[in-house]
Amino acid sequence: MLLLALDTATPAVTVALHDGERVVAESAQVDARRHGELLLPAVDRVLADAGVKLDAVTAVVAGVGPGPYTGLRVGLMTAETFGSALGVPVHGLCTLDGLAYAAGIEGDFVVATDARRKEVYWARYSGPRTRTTGPAVDRPADIAEQLAGLPAVGAGALLYPESFADARGPEYVSAASLAALAAERLAAGEELEPPRPLYLRRPDAQVPKNYKVVTPK
Amino acid sequence: MADSRDEPLVLGIETSCDETGVGIVRGTTLLADAIASSVDEHARFGGVVPEVASRAHLEAMVPTIERALKEAGVSARDLDGIAVTAGPGLAGALLVGVSAAKAYAYALGKPLYGVNHLASHICVDQLEHGKLPEPTMALLVSGGHSSLLLSSDITSDVRPMGATIDDAAGEAFDKIARVLNLGFPGGPVIDRYAREGDPNAITFPRGLTGPRDPAYDFSFSGLKTSVARWIEAKRNAGEDVPVRDVSASFQEAVVDVLTRKAVRACKDEGVDHLMIGGGVAANSRLRALAQERCEAAGIRLRVPRPKLCTDNGAMVAALGAEMVARNRAASDWDLSADSSLPVTDPHVPGQAHTQAHAHSHDHVHEVSKDNLYS
Ligand SMILES: [Zn+2]
Repeated sequence: MLLLALDTATPAVTVALHDGERVVAESAQVDARRHGELLLPAVDRVLADAGVKLDAVTAVVAGVGPGPYTGLRVGLMTAETFGSALGVPVHGLCTLDGLAYAAGIEGDFVVATDARRKEVYWARYSGPRTRTTGPAVDRPADIAEQLAGLPAVGAGALLYPESFADARGPEYVSAASLAALAAERLAAGEELEPPRPLYLRRPDAQVPKNYKVVTPK
Repeated sequence: MADSRDEPLVLGIETSCDETGVGIVRGTTLLADAIASSVDEHARFGGVVPEVASRAHLEAMVPTIERALKEAGVSARDLDGIAVTAGPGLAGALLVGVSAAKAYAYALGKPLYGVNHLASHICVDQLEHGKLPEPTMALLVSGGHSSLLLSSDITSDVRPMGATIDDAAGEAFDKIARVLNLGFPGGPVIDRYAREGDPNAITFPRGLTGPRDPAYDFSFSGLKTSVARWIEAKRNAGEDVPVRDVSASFQEAVVDVLTRKAVRACKDEGVDHLMIGGGVAANSRLRALAQERCEAAGIRLRVPRPKLCTDNGAMVAALGAEMVARNRAASDWDLSADSSLPVTDPHVPGQAHTQAHAHSHDHVHEVSKDNLYS
């Protein structure tokens, strides 16, 4: 097994290779504005570090968000196209699940990432592998009460300390933890999700108002 | 058998607006032109909604690539290169295509060519009428562009002669169709009504045609306002709006200016070929009037069939094939989607392949603005 995992749903552009036992190479760069430019060179670097070519990969794993759409699509489009070109399966994993797995907290906790517009993408977990609520997108103040007292992981939690009193890292997801989680689930015979984006919001689409009346009244 | 450098097999990807296009060409021969359009999803908004387009591109891309390969009856392994629209266009939409093209080229071990959408609109004519004459004058008219361009080599030299200073020609069609409650997009429906109307019924203004106006620039905003005002006056007077005559007269004003300026540019520059591309090139009156005026001026008119005039992947493949044939430098793996790629850059050569690429314009990478949601 050789999994290529990537995630572009947070400001991190992250890529990892996992051989079923361990992560053999990984890359993480934080630059919310350059996902499109950074991803392919990162894949190339990770493969070179591991001394393999892309066609050695047996499956691709992509973080499906939720996350800012433009960046999120870079990873998903790349993963899906690799899958088609190589003839290998492409699996999706919730980006927040990768963060939860990396946090490794036993017991109840929250993962929250920055959804901008003063909102967070969040989900609740009971242990590092079990999501119990979400993912959803909300204003931190609106969910603070129901999540009070829980440890909160991720940049979205760190950004709103008044709503998440026990905020902590990691800030962003790493493809290494996504890959490890995917490897674990695949080894257990679990089905992973399809690589479909979790947008959680409808597109902003302003219906243009009736044409502008140009005759002065 | 022809050397693959003369007749390169290239797959082209286009996602600059609302069409997910994947085309495959061998040299100047069209092998496949697969399209998935999200136009119906935009219709109720009266215009293209960028986020809706980007979501649709992501969904449609891989199936459209696979359909194109099947249609062409070729194996991806045999491709000589992958071309993609790097700009100009909607930033988020472009980025989906660029991401797919990079991943595809990388996975197959093929060179990647990020190319210019406008140069592609010109180059597509090679699939219809053979090699472009050099130089060629090109009039590109669509919902997104109205440009008059002169090219002596479509892979390296595209010069802007003129452009719209306000609305694109196609945009004016959309807006007038909205005023007349004819739906979106406006071009085809206005063309249809105009066929039954009198183009001389109402005299609408011809923008920028005065003696001191720029010879090759266009303006459709004043025309649009004038037509809207005329319609409102009728409505306010409680009279029926003669939709056919308004359509015909409006359309005549647009195509009169377009063809007049294009023919004048050809004469001034001593160019004996004019190509017309872009979605508005499908307009029947534009084709007829251009034909008439070109004939009178001794200019050969080249207009591709309507399906090749609107945005499609074949045009991108056509320009990509020309890049391969003329040995132009491939793009790098960090190729950006550049929403404001200047028309003077027919492609985006990689730094690895060329000396510092002079990027003279002061453009902003739209993806780097605070618009990750759009
Ligand atoms: Zn176009």
